Amino acid sequence: MMGYESHQGLEQAHLYASKEEMESLVLNDDAAAAVPPHPLSSSPPLAQIPTNHDSDTDPLRSSPSPLLHPQSQTQNPDPHSFILEPPSYADAVFRSFDASSEINGHDLSTSSPSPSSSSYSSSDFLKISVSDPQKEQDLATSLVPGGTSYFTYLIITRTNIPEFNGTEFSVRRRFRDVVTLSDRLSEAYRGFIIPIRPDKSVVESQVMQTQDFVEQRRAALEKYLRRLAKHPAIRRSEELRLFLESQGKLPLMKPTDVASRMLDGAVKLPKQLFGGEVVAGVVDVNEVAQPAKGGKDLLRLFKELKQSVTNDWGATKPALVEEDKEFMERKDKLQELEQQLSNVSQQAEELVKAQQDIGETVGQLGLALVKLTKFETEEAVYDSQRVRAADMKNVATAAVKASRLYRELNSQTVKHLDKLHEYLGVMLAVNNAFSDRSNALLTVQTLVSELSSLNSRIEKLEVASSKIFGGDRARIRKIEELRETVRATEDAKTCAIAEYKRIKENNRNELDRLDRERREDFLSMLKGFIVNQAGYAEKMASVWETVAEETSGYVKRTS
Amino acid sequence: MIPTQLQRSGSGSTQSPRSPSSQEPFLSVSVIDPAKMGNGVQAYISYKVITKTNLPDYQGPEKIVIRRYSDFVWLRDRLFEKYKGIFIPPLPEKSTVEKFRFTAEFIEMRRQALDIFVNRIASHHILQQSEDLRIFLQADEQTMERARSQEIGIFKKKPADLMQIFKDVQSKVSDVVLGKEKPVEESTPEYEKLKRYIFELEDHLAEAQKHAYRLVKRHRELGQSLSEFGKAVKLLGTCEDNALGKVFSEVGDKAEIVSVKMQREAHHLLMNFEESLKDYVRAVQSIKATIAERANAFKQQCELAETIKFKEIDLNKLRLTRSEKLADAEREYDVLKADGEEATRRFEAIVQLMNEEIVRFQEQKTLDMGLAFHEFAKGQAHLANGIAEAWRSLLPKLEACASS
Repeated sequence: MMGYESHQGLEQAHLYASKEEMESLVLNDDAAAAVPPHPLSSSPPLAQIPTNHDSDTDPLRSSPSPLLHPQSQTQNPDPHSFILEPPSYADAVFRSFDASSEINGHDLSTSSPSPSSSSYSSSDFLKISVSDPQKEQDLATSLVPGGTSYFTYLIITRTNIPEFNGTEFSVRRRFRDVVTLSDRLSEAYRGFIIPIRPDKSVVESQVMQTQDFVEQRRAALEKYLRRLAKHPAIRRSEELRLFLESQGKLPLMKPTDVASRMLDGAVKLPKQLFGGEVVAGVVDVNEVAQPAKGGKDLLRLFKELKQSVTNDWGATKPALVEEDKEFMERKDKLQELEQQLSNVSQQAEELVKAQQDIGETVGQLGLALVKLTKFETEEAVYDSQRVRAADMKNVATAAVKASRLYRELNSQTVKHLDKLHEYLGVMLAVNNAFSDRSNALLTVQTLVSELSSLNSRIEKLEVASSKIFGGDRARIRKIEELRETVRATEDAKTCAIAEYKRIKENNRNELDRLDRERREDFLSMLKGFIVNQAGYAEKMASVWETVAEETSGYVKRTS
Repeated sequence: MIPTQLQRSGSGSTQSPRSPSSQEPFLSVSVIDPAKMGNGVQAYISYKVITKTNLPDYQGPEKIVIRRYSDFVWLRDRLFEKYKGIFIPPLPEKSTVEKFRFTAEFIEMRRQALDIFVNRIASHHILQQSEDLRIFLQADEQTMERARSQEIGIFKKKPADLMQIFKDVQSKVSDVVLGKEKPVEESTPEYEKLKRYIFELEDHLAEAQKHAYRLVKRHRELGQSLSEFGKAVKLLGTCEDNALGKVFSEVGDKAEIVSVKMQREAHHLLMNFEESLKDYVRAVQSIKATIAERANAFKQQCELAETIKFKEIDLNKLRLTRSEKLADAEREYDVLKADGEEATRRFEAIVQLMNEEIVRFQEQKTLDMGLAFHEFAKGQAHLANGIAEAWRSLLPKLEACASS
């Protein structure tokens, strides 16, 4: 799938282009004292990252193969055989029927991370596993009785991506670090369909047993990181790299921390917008170009809210309108898809429950027949009883086998149909990507309306000033200040428009990617589901056919 | 529909109804055509009972009568009264839930069970000679109704019961007076074993039947959820492009087809396997009733024997004193002696019959259950094969879509 790879390269180039843009803008404002550290890392800038990934010379290209299909290579024993009972049910032991050998997530040891499916056309790999939760004391409170503690998780990465400093390494991270990573990615990858991070779920952690909760969280973290590793752009990100690689404390800061550091001191963002003292260079214009968030941008938040209300009521025609018809159509279609996905997901749950129930019941019938068999055998006075007991035993054994088959079938069904549930999560991420877009648009609209109001103030002042002979020193000074603000705001507007365009492009590419991957994933899901249903049905047929054969003698009595 | 049970439960004395001209005596019966009669609370189901026979007492070669459930109950009760020691074939229960009394499924289950009931009677070498059976199979509806209404109550409450209770108290008192503990129950080891066996068997069978019934329900539930799943999948398909959308649609259709297969197997399972287990349970319950009869007969025999002993003591006293009452007492004693012998005869007949019946019962049950197991396995295999085939047929379309 060469098209995919080249597209991937295109995405990366795009990403880097925009980063370079930001880089250069920062340098432009670099007139005064403190050069703000780049929001993306505290270590040397991004220049080190090559703009093109050379995939052809990757020596590890062939290696994903055995890693991809380890189970199909080793025919026996089935990795699940230890779950099933020993020899007398040997014929009830089956390999997974899947052609694609997706391995059951956490059934296997977590030290050997399993490959993720579908996007294995590229030659590089990034395998992550999360394991070994450990309780640690919060140093800040450790001396205080009843000090808080938290869990850390061992994150082991295996990769051949050159950006990483190594091929196998591990770090310890706590959940808070994951939240930071997630927030930073949301910041850096606006417009992208970014996997949603696991919930904080404070309530659950109080209700569940710690062990269960920690295990659930471990599994969720692993899933999340693997999804990040699958994303063609994010797997190349600095944020992820630092998260996976940097020993010790996570060198990523929460986004609001960055903003507050930058806005320390004299300059407040709102002040700048309102024509306060312009102290150049301290503020990253691109911060301004972002939608307002957090306490620091409170005033701007109000402005944006006012703008969005204005937009809705149509009092002022917004400068830029969402005119992309294709986008609107796509959005509507995706909303419909989300609804149907939710419906199918629910029905899938019912189906799984029904499969589980029938398996249980046929097993119980089998056990009841086993008891009957034992009883008849022990109490047998006549041969006819012994014959009956033997017949019953066959049926009982078959029923118990069938019960195991249903259980196996069901665990496979869950595995496949879980894709539906996964995509519901993806739809949430899609909505976030759409929000990024509409927020960016709103920012542009806000800045445009700011500009217009600033300009009209200047005009008014000029008119007033011109009436005074010799000029009005106060007013003239005011006008100068306003003009400075206008210039800064113009720059911000330019950035904001560029940002909006960038996000639109991200949206488009990501939606294309979504369509492609979804098609592939759904087809593989359906295939897996169908292959399983058919395969297990065939096994069950064979079990029952044996019994039918063994009891066929009884039919001869009828003419 | 003439069920296979008709032929199955036939023993040597019946032959295929297609050869009425043969010299061998035969009697074949079928219960068919359930029809709802009457309205409201009085409504009931009537059945056609067709008798084909060449037996001299019967109006041959074919006679059709209309019977209802309570007529079958009458027949069962009469046979139970007259043929103590024989395991009377069981009847399907009275329906307790009003709602289901007239559902197609219930009616069919009952018809099948009634058909089996009559055929078992007709093929039992002793029971088939019963006059009551002849009445049941041949009498016109008015005669039948008259007979039925006369007999209500006889089975339920015997006037003799009251006497029995009186005698019980008597014997208990005399026991205490005489300081003896008389065992009122048979206690041979074989019989103890049999009783224990029958009672435990009922428990085991009831459990198996319970799970069999649940299994029927599970088939229906799985079928239902497959159908819903299929519908949802089809709707999801409308959100996707041409090729993928079509695949979804086909998957949805297949799910519906599989759902139908599951419903069919649910019905087959119910009629052939679950009903067979239920029938087995009923048969065991019928045996319990026979055991009760035997215990009754034994008790009567014991009590008479005791009464006779006391009478002997009295007689001897009277002989010694040369009382005038002696002649009367001797006459009473003779009557008692005769009664005693009669009771013993009756009891021993029951024992004899039961011994034969047990052997027959075990053999019959092995055949019945063998066939039931076969039907069960066959049905499940058929279902599974159908499911496998249905899903497999979709794979080429999936492959085609994936590669395009």
